[in-house]
Amino acid sequence: MAVEGKTIDALSQFELTPILGAVGKAVSFSQSNLFMLVAVALSAGLMLASARRGALVPGRLQALGESAYEFIAGMVRDQVGDEGKKYFPFVFSVFMFVLFGNLLGMLPYAFTFTSHIAVTLALAVVVFITVTVVALMRHGMHFFSYFFPEGAPVWLAPIIIPVEVISYFSRVVSLSVRLFANMVAGHVMLKVFATFVVLLGGLGAVGPFVAAMPLAVNVALVGFEFLVAFLQAYVFAILTSIYLHDAVHLH
Amino acid sequence: MRRVTTLAALAATLPIAAIAAPTGSIPVEGMPQLAFGHPEQGPLLIGQIVWQLIIFGALVYIMAYVALPRVGAVIENRAARINADLEAAQAAKTEADAAMAAHRAATDQARATARAEVATAMQAAQAESDAKAAALNERLNAQIAEAEARIDASRTAAMGALRSVATDTTEALLTKLVGRVDRAAVDAAVTRELAARGRA
Repeated sequence: MAVEGKTIDALSQFELTPILGAVGKAVSFSQSNLFMLVAVALSAGLMLASARRGALVPGRLQALGESAYEFIAGMVRDQVGDEGKKYFPFVFSVFMFVLFGNLLGMLPYAFTFTSHIAVTLALAVVVFITVTVVALMRHGMHFFSYFFPEGAPVWLAPIIIPVEVISYFSRVVSLSVRLFANMVAGHVMLKVFATFVVLLGGLGAVGPFVAAMPLAVNVALVGFEFLVAFLQAYVFAILTSIYLHDAVHLH
Repeated sequence: MRRVTTLAALAATLPIAAIAAPTGSIPVEGMPQLAFGHPEQGPLLIGQIVWQLIIFGALVYIMAYVALPRVGAVIENRAARINADLEAAQAAKTEADAAMAAHRAATDQARATARAEVATAMQAAQAESDAKAAALNERLNAQIAEAEARIDASRTAAMGALRSVATDTTEALLTKLVGRVDRAAVDAAVTRELAARGRA
């Protein structure tokens, strides 16, 4: 699929295909959604297995689940404070969804749903709406003072308010595009260098030796992609926490 | 075992689902992620978002109401257990410290008592030996005094004898020389002579 008529096709890996036959086609259930289900099953399964063991001295699996729990719980506590406790499950879900989406994408044949701007944008919109609703519920109309910092000269309002509003809404874009661009770039690079391996490998006697170079690059890239997978999930979660902090405390 | 089987089945379905999926018949121009106008990709993109919202909502629900409270309970249990153990250890340490202090106090007291007893014993011994020495001294002094008295008596006796010896000698000499003796005169002369020499 990657090499068609000696051209590099790095983008077809992002195409959606309906699964589950006619039913899937009718309800537009693509392989992307299947991997979302897998991500949910794995993350929920990890936490449930970790809790079911419930040992005083945790085993490896339990320690993994608990360290994930404490990592995000600590992040929310540090960023939002004690009021943030009730938003912890939401931030945790966001983190696990993105993390498992990224990590599943590292498996061969798997589909990286976080490489779809629609998915990351939808997630960012969910975060944005949640944060805004939290802010409105906590502060009511006072929330709008967020867009005009206290003590600023009133005559600057025509400049400050639009800037603040734009920066508030640009959260959606920055959240979604950051994750999307990172995942797409990584997977395109992997695909391109993997195609090089195939193309150069076919160059007769010297082929295998020349092909070793892009192969080495790919090995390094895989490691790098694992780093990015964790890092982007972390960034998504911590930005969500910071936005929640703003919503709870208004600056 | 059951979980392993489930995982294996899951792992097997992933590639199958991906491979078995038919490639779209209409080629996609540009990035598939932005192909909202594509007759096949477009509906799938929209459907993907809808399904995502449902699936993510389910994840949040599971995490918030089932999984995370359980994990949190386990963690809190452990923290409570550790705290209780720490408190017990603290209590035990306090107790041990108290016992140690009591032991040290008892040792100190015993040492002080022993020292006091030694001191009294030594004092008693000293007093006893002092008394003995005093008694001995007294006895010796008495003996010395007695001896001196005896010496004095002997000397006095000797002195008395000297007078009679001197008188007798004088009488004998006078008898030989003169032939007669005036006893009273001889006594007076001896007495005078003795007084002159300080031996009266």
